Amino acid sequence: MSLALPAPDITRALTRISHEILERNSGSESITLLGIPTRGAHLAKRIATIIESIEKVPIQVGTLDITLHRDDLRMRPPRALMPTLIPPLGVEGRNVVLVDDVLFSGRTIRAALDALGEIGRPKSVQLAVLVDRGHRELPIRADFVGKNLPTSIDQSVLVHLTELDGADEVLIEGGAK
Amino acid sequence: MKHLLSINDLSKSEAIAILDTAQELARVSDGPMKKLPTLRGRTIVNLFAEDSTRTRISFEAAAKRLSADVINFSAKGSSISKGESLKDTAQTLQAMGADAVIIRHGASGAAQRLADSKWMSGAVINAGDGTHEHPSQALLDAFTIRKHLAKSGEDLTGIKVVIVGDVLHSRVARSNVLLLAKLGADVTLVAPPTLLPVGVESWPCNISYDFDAAIVGADAVMMLRIQLERMSEMFFPNAREYSRYFGLNSDRVKALKPSTLVMHPGPMNRGLEITADAADGARSVIVEQVSNGVSVRMAILYMLLAGAPEGELDGINREAGAL
Repeated sequence: MSLALPAPDITRALTRISHEILERNSGSESITLLGIPTRGAHLAKRIATIIESIEKVPIQVGTLDITLHRDDLRMRPPRALMPTLIPPLGVEGRNVVLVDDVLFSGRTIRAALDALGEIGRPKSVQLAVLVDRGHRELPIRADFVGKNLPTSIDQSVLVHLTELDGADEVLIEGGAK
Repeated sequence: MKHLLSINDLSKSEAIAILDTAQELARVSDGPMKKLPTLRGRTIVNLFAEDSTRTRISFEAAAKRLSADVINFSAKGSSISKGESLKDTAQTLQAMGADAVIIRHGASGAAQRLADSKWMSGAVINAGDGTHEHPSQALLDAFTIRKHLAKSGEDLTGIKVVIVGDVLHSRVARSNVLLLAKLGADVTLVAPPTLLPVGVESWPCNISYDFDAAIVGADAVMMLRIQLERMSEMFFPNAREYSRYFGLNSDRVKALKPSTLVMHPGPMNRGLEITADAADGARSVIVEQVSNGVSVRMAILYMLLAGAPEGELDGINREAGAL
């Protein structure tokens, strides 16, 4: 197991992503951040806090559970649903930024786009991830990436966050060294 | 969990998981787009050998909101009325590729028979079998109580529920006593001795013959229907006497706390076990029970049908967790 991103680097990456989101959307007014549970939801909250400290205005932030839209539901035991919390202004006409921890096959994001389509029609949908590890199986890419981590398919990437795991770190596990 | 036949099939944590899932699914029912793709391509058969309004429509709405195909099948208008056996009916459903059968039957144990037999391979959901159990009703009642009186993710510890009426013929009462006790609630059954089943003293609840004493401090009062169609003899002298001693009327409603819920699984005999002003009053959550029923049944169908069939978990993705 090797450390790919230590805690200070995670903070720096999230700060940079926050600035990039603001730059792309010319400010924070039209932005709605939606984190994908579990860790994406915490990352979305952190990005919202950073943006609020830069812009000094409250940010629309929520969570989007994608379980019911997954294409691999029938390949695993049933999973419990996580909360979906859409902020007061909704998604209609907003610039929605989806936030997740690791971008891998792209299937989670496909499911998230489906889930989002049932709530409303955003003006645009952007994607922010802490780690892009490659191996896409769908034509999906991230707009904001904390770190590109080239991995082999038999490795796994573990994201630990203080809120859940007691420490901030990104680890790479397994695979031939 | 392959079938849902009895509350005894559920552990406490599974029951709470169903309630939590139902709560998330309720949000879907409230949203603009009421349909989810989760059970697309699955076939669910509503096999109703006994009459039903709420349960059948509710299961049908739940299945349709999850995009399953629903086949409705009732005794009237099918070969059951020509005397076809449960076995032959089940084999027909199997041949048509039913992934789940929701069964309502007048015989206690019919759902169990269907699940234990090799007649069909799909999931069996008990939607009421004789005077035995009605687990989905108990789950929706627990969901309604929890929504008003407890927090999500929690059980019902310390909540006082009084269940009143025809316990003898009531599958709703049996399932509710089992589930509410499992979730930590304090349950009291109130009925005339003639309407209590043999062996009720072994149930995990208190028993009272005095309605006025039992409702003191109650958090929820659940009225049961007097099941006249199952009564072949006299269980009480006359309807007026029953109403006086065991009916919920406005005087008894006034004795309740302002937060106490008035519940009834339906259909109601207005004027017999519950008066119209009690049924339609501010404390009544009877209509809400119906809409909660759809969310709870969506959760049951999701839990039983959305995941991999048992024993077919080989193709588990390596992308688990970090995707």
